[in-house]
Formats: sequence, structure tokens, C-alpha cells
Amino acid sequence: MTAPLLEISGLGKRFGGFVALDGINLAVAEGERVGLIGPNGSGKSTLVNCICGTLVNESGTVRFNGESLAGLKAHERTHRGLARSFQLPRPFTSLTVAGNLRVPMVYTVNARPGTHLSAADIDARCAELLRLVGLDNKATHLPRDLTQVEMRKLELARALAAEPKLLIADEAMAGLSQAEVNDIVGLLINFNERGITIILIEHIMRAVMSFSQRLVVLVSGKKIADGTPDVVIQDPEVERAYLGQ
Amino acid sequence: MRHPGELVDIPYDLLVNALVAGLLLGAFYAAVTVGISISFGILDIVNIAHPGFVILGSYIAYIVNTRLGFDPILVSIAMLPVFYALGAVIYQVYHASFERRGQDSLRGLAFFFGLLFVTEVALVLVFGVDYRYVHAAYIGPSINIGIIDLPLRMLVPCLVSLALIAGLQLFLTKTFIGRAIMAVAQDQLALQLMAASPTRIKRIAFAISIATAAIAGALLIIIQPVEPSVGREYIGRVFAICVLGGLGSIPGTLIGAMMLGILESFTSTFYGPSWAPAVAFGVLLLVIAFRPSGLFGR
Amino acid sequence: MRSSTFILLCTVVAAFVFAAIRWVGNDYLFVAGYVVLQFIVLATAWNILGGYTGYVNFGSAAFFALGAYSSIFFNKAFPLPVPLLIVIGGVVSGIVGLGMGYLTLRLRGAFFAIGTLALAIVLQTLVTNWRYVGGARGAYVIRPGEIEFLGPYSQYLFLLMLALAVIALSIARGIERSQLGYGFATIRDDELAAEASGVPTLRLKLIATTISGGLMGMAGAPFPYYLGYVQPSAAFGLEYAVNSIAMPMIGGTTSWVGPLIGAILLATLQQWATVTISSELGVLIVGVLLVSFVILAPKGIVGLVEGWRRKKAGS
Repeated sequence: MTAPLLEISGLGKRFGGFVALDGINLAVAEGERVGLIGPNGSGKSTLVNCICGTLVNESGTVRFNGESLAGLKAHERTHRGLARSFQLPRPFTSLTVAGNLRVPMVYTVNARPGTHLSAADIDARCAELLRLVGLDNKATHLPRDLTQVEMRKLELARALAAEPKLLIADEAMAGLSQAEVNDIVGLLINFNERGITIILIEHIMRAVMSFSQRLVVLVSGKKIADGTPDVVIQDPEVERAYLGQ
Repeated sequence: MRHPGELVDIPYDLLVNALVAGLLLGAFYAAVTVGISISFGILDIVNIAHPGFVILGSYIAYIVNTRLGFDPILVSIAMLPVFYALGAVIYQVYHASFERRGQDSLRGLAFFFGLLFVTEVALVLVFGVDYRYVHAAYIGPSINIGIIDLPLRMLVPCLVSLALIAGLQLFLTKTFIGRAIMAVAQDQLALQLMAASPTRIKRIAFAISIATAAIAGALLIIIQPVEPSVGREYIGRVFAICVLGGLGSIPGTLIGAMMLGILESFTSTFYGPSWAPAVAFGVLLLVIAFRPSGLFGR
Repeated sequence: MRSSTFILLCTVVAAFVFAAIRWVGNDYLFVAGYVVLQFIVLATAWNILGGYTGYVNFGSAAFFALGAYSSIFFNKAFPLPVPLLIVIGGVVSGIVGLGMGYLTLRLRGAFFAIGTLALAIVLQTLVTNWRYVGGARGAYVIRPGEIEFLGPYSQYLFLLMLALAVIALSIARGIERSQLGYGFATIRDDELAAEASGVPTLRLKLIATTISGGLMGMAGAPFPYYLGYVQPSAAFGLEYAVNSIAMPMIGGTTSWVGPLIGAILLATLQQWATVTISSELGVLIVGVLLVSFVILAPKGIVGLVEGWRRKKAGS
């Protein structure tokens, strides 16, 4: 068996007296589709922020692609192939939709040793990505012209433009209609088929169940379950702590 | 200039008096800062124009005092509603123009900087750059307790300031609106559940913060003669104290103010008054660089 | 337009301005023009940090005065020609900008703004208490009356400032069109998202503070020679801080054109007000304009013109 792509061990984070994450262990293999669920305030977003370098964990380690991420800043982690989308879309408001996608190409893909995209390459990749997420007719628009679901797609496309090995999608579907949720799930599965490992953090159970090959449950900063979705969902502890509420 | 090593030779009574003077000064600084502790510390509105409003308060106290002979502190209490209304109007403009549009950082800062500057220049145009002062029975005499010298000019502002701080602390912790103000920064959702509009709560809080400037201004002109650019020195002081005290804590503000007062008092006693302005800003730079959550922050 | 073409064009315009003023033959125009040019450099420099990355610098006066006082220091220690002093002033201010940025830029934007305000007062107190550079009373420099081949010294200083303005505008425009400017825009829009997209935000912000501070120092370096005399209250004057914020804000912060327009308008206005009414009224107008523009026309004159043109094209 090969080493996992992402390996978190004993991860701990506290805010003052509040323990947000308590000794989290988690391994994600290359190519996997993992769903991460938990009630509000269970520490999901804190976990994402610790993996991506937005927050600094007090204890434990995060290893990615065989390398420890300790001390690396968020942008350095992105350079190493770890991309995220934000819970609330955070587009670059003064750049066009295509301009948003150019940022990770210029600052991440071109920062990797041995790759250099020319301006024409970048334009071609932008167009391809926009087609993939169905935003090709909005390329020259500013983000403020986009609808909710288009904003989510831009958020995912921008994360993808960094050509990551692992994509962490933080509540990419909150507030969307059922058809739009299906649309996004389809996109994520499409990304996964192109070889990108994905961790999906989500509240909408139907989406998580149809997407995930494996389900991880966080409650009050602790991991209480980790396994195939149908097994996890029947776990009495999960039912009590999360689904029963 | 003396060197710190010579401190041991300083007479005991000079040391004690520097300490007392620092405490009195610090208490007064708390009155100037408490407005910033509310606006910047609690509401996250970087109102760098606050010292400008304090100077405005000084000039109003000066005009009424010289024309009609009223006590500056009483004048400032009478002016509270006017400053409250001014604060409410400014918040409304700030909210409509910057906060709601999500442009509060760059343009909001420029807005308050512009207000500070306009206030200062307008005062220069009307009153010139001469120092102005007020008359009151307690400006001049001192109480002497042993070797300690307590000038009433400092003691009265100190007591008024402590009363202001205590009143605000009671208001913020004991009343419904006060608690809503404390909650507004952390949890807007909870606030909505309490059926309070965040905008309204913030407007009240900001108006109160400007109202405190009326009192702080009267205290300032009792302590020292005032000219329009004096406000600038206070920008560093108020933010240094506010950050030292841990952003938004009223008791923290008082402690931070006392610490800075003592530090400045010792600096001017032992090094000379020309170095005093740098103390506050130096402290501010150090705190920002190394301890941005304040000395008592986590 | 390519950068080299732009620089060439700027130089041609600058040469034309110089020739025109010489042709008019009024020496006051050189003296007043110097101030306008100085503000073009200051406003452009401020905008590289403030307009492009969104970080407000209230301490323009500090960086300007650093340039002026490094000239005073070298003038006493080992006299050097003014162009060299401009380079030194730029290096000193650039280094201070870098240090300042390193201390405060890891925090929220407001702390940087307050920190720059603090820096100005700390430096002013240091200079006021430093006898070698004249202390509170200030210092004189002896400036030559004439320069060979050129004529009056004021024309020489005017030319130097004109060259600095061309350099500053070319740098600003160059940044806008480069990958650097692209990165700056992402910082202004959303710093967290910029990091997540791989933008090294701290490094870019430090580059911006260094370039911006350096240019301000360069603008300040010839100042003692312009007046023949410098005292702390003049070099650290609040009007430098206000003007270098007001000019880009009023002109428009998103491109190099805005600070240029703002500086020409406001500096000319103040020169005119100083002569005809009073300099206080001039700066009061600047303050009122600043407040009005940030409330009513957040994109400045450039934004107003663009909006007007779009409306005209639409109808």
C-alpha cells in the first residue's frame, strides 16, 4: 500500500479555553472522495483552516504528499498542490471571471519548478476550465454579475485552476436548489475522475451521500466515525450526536 | 540628558510625585480613550478622528467659559446630547457610505482622517493657533499630603474621568442596550434573535463614543492650554492605550491609560518633556508589533 | 502601449512642459511647478501601496521627511550632489518602509494605518531631539545660485523633480500591467482568497511598502535645497499626509492616471489659494474635498469620467 496523500495525526487547536479540535487523526488516499460532516461548531472549518495554513495548529502534524506542512504558509501549501474553496465565495471583485482563474495559474502553477505557462497557455486553460464549469459565456463579466450557483462554480474553478492534487470544498452547496446541488455534485465527481482527490465538507446529507466513498464525522472537535457512508450513517453514536438533533 | 543608570540618585519624593502625577494623567487619558475603546475596540470602526472631536469639546468649553463664565465640566455635560447627535449622524454617513458597501477599510479610514483634518484646520481658521485656556476655581490650587503634591487641576479631571469610566462600565454590563453593544461585535445573529437591529445598536454605541469626547475635551482644557493641533498627539496615546488594554475592554482601558500615564510622567521627569510624545507612539509600535492582542489579551 | 513607449512619451511631455515654462520666462512658475511635481511623486507613491493593495499609509510625511533629513545629514557629513542624495533618500525611506511593513503588515489593515501614524510622530520626536541635524530649530543648507549650462538653481531642482515624476509614473504604470500589479489587486480584493490561490501576500505587501516609501523619500530628498532651510514641523507637516491621501482618492485609486490628475488639480489649487487667500483655506478645501469624494464619488474623478462615458455610449 502506498502512503496516503494527506495524513493528519493528533491535530489539536484551541481558541483561548475553547477546544476546537482535539487529537484528530485522518488519512486520505490519492484519488479518494471523502465527505466530512458534523454539526455547526464541530470544528470542520477549523480543521480545513489548519490543513490549509490559514490557522496554526498547536499540536499534531499534517503531512501532505509525504512532506510535513509545519511552518508553511497558506500560499506555500497551495503551491504544493493543496487547494480549497471557501464556504462563502470570496471572488476577486475587481477582476473578471477569467481574471479570477488566471491568479492561481500565474501565482501557483507557474511558481512550481519546471512549469511555465505562456500567456496563450493560460488563456487556453482558462477557457477550458470555464467550459468545464459552464461559465464560458461569463468570462469577461465581473463576479458581481454572477448568480449564487455561478459564484460557487467560480469558487471551485479557481481552486481547480491551481491544478491541485487535493481539493477541499468547504460547503460548496449551502443555499442552492436541488437541481443546482446535483449540478455541483456532478462537477465534483467529474473533477475526481480527472485524478483529483476531494474532501467535501457539507451539510446537505443527500449530496454528501451521493458524493462520498467514505464519510468522516466530527463532533465537538473529535472524530467519532470514519468509514463507508452506509456503515457510518447507521452508527448509533453518529445518529445520537449528529443526525438525531 | 541623564542616563537610566542614574535613576538610583533620584530623590525619593520626586519619584513618588512622578508616580502620582502619572496616575492622575493616566486617569484623564482613560476619558480620552474610552470613546475609541467603544468605536475601535467594540465596533471595529477605526475612528482616528476621535481626538479631533475631543479638541472640538475643548473649544466649546472654552467659548462658553470665557463668554458666560460657566464651569467647563458642566458645559461638557450640557453638550452631551449635541455630541451624541453628531455621533449618530457620523455613524449614519459611515454606515451608508462604507460599512454597508463593504468598503470600510480604505475609504472609511480616509473618511475619518479627512474629518480629523477638517476639524483641525477649521479650528485654526476660526481661532488661530494661539493656546486657549479656561478659568475655574480648581485651576491653580493644590492639596499637599506629606511629600505628595496633588494639583486640583489634575485631581478634578481624574475624578470626573473615573466617574465616566465607572458609569460606562455599569451601562455596558448591566443594561439591555449595553449588553447588546458588547454582543454586536461577536455575534450579530444572537443580536437579531434579541430583536435588536445591529445598525441601531452600533449607531447608539458610536454616538455614545463621540459623546464621551465632549467630557474628555473639557477635561483636556482644564489640564493644559489647547490649540487645534494638540489632537494629533492624542492619536498615538488613545490607540496605544486601547490596544494595551486589550481592544474594547473598559477596565482594560483604565489600566492601559494608567500605565501610559506613569510611563510618560517618568519620561518627562527624568528625560525631559520633549521626549514625551514619542513614548505613546513608541509603545504603540511595540505593542502592535509584538503583542497586538494587548497585554491582557490571550 | 509598451512601457518603453510610455516612458518616451512621458519624457517628451516633460520636456515640453519645461520648455514652455522657460519660454514664459517666469521663475515663479518653476518654484510653484516644483511643488506640483513633488505632489505627483508623493501621490503616485502613496497609491502604489494604498490604491493597488488597499493598505492606508498615514505616514507619508515621515517618509518624505526621512528623505529630506537624510539629505541634511549627508550635506553636513560629506556633501554629495543632489541626484545622489535623491537615491540615498530613496534607499533610507525604502528600508524604513520595509521594516515598518514587516512589523505591522502581518496584522489587520487598521494596525498598519495606525502604525504609520505612530511612525511619523516617533521620527519627528527623534529628529526634533537630534542636534546634529538642527533639532527643533532646523538646519540651513547653502544652495548655489546658478548651475552651469542651465541657469537658475530653481530650474535645476524643477528638472530633477520632473525626472522623478516621470520615473514614479512609469513605475506605477509598469506595476499595474505586470504580474506584480495583478497580485496587488488580489490583495486589495481579498487577502485570504489571494493566499489560497498561491499569492505570497506578505512578500508582495512588503514590496509595495518598500517601493512606495522609497519614492516618497526620493521626493523629500531635494526639499532642503528647495527651501534652503528645513525644520521638523515643515518636513513632517500634516499636509503631506493629507495631500498624498487626498490626491489619489480624489483622482481615482485604481490606475496611475488618478493620482496624476488629483495631484495636478489639488496642488495647483493650493498654490493658487496660498497666493490669493490663505494656505489654511487651501488645505481646508483639500480636506473637505477628500471627505466629499470618499462619500459621494468613491472611484474619484477617473471613475466619474468613466461612468459618464459609459452612460453616453449607452444612450
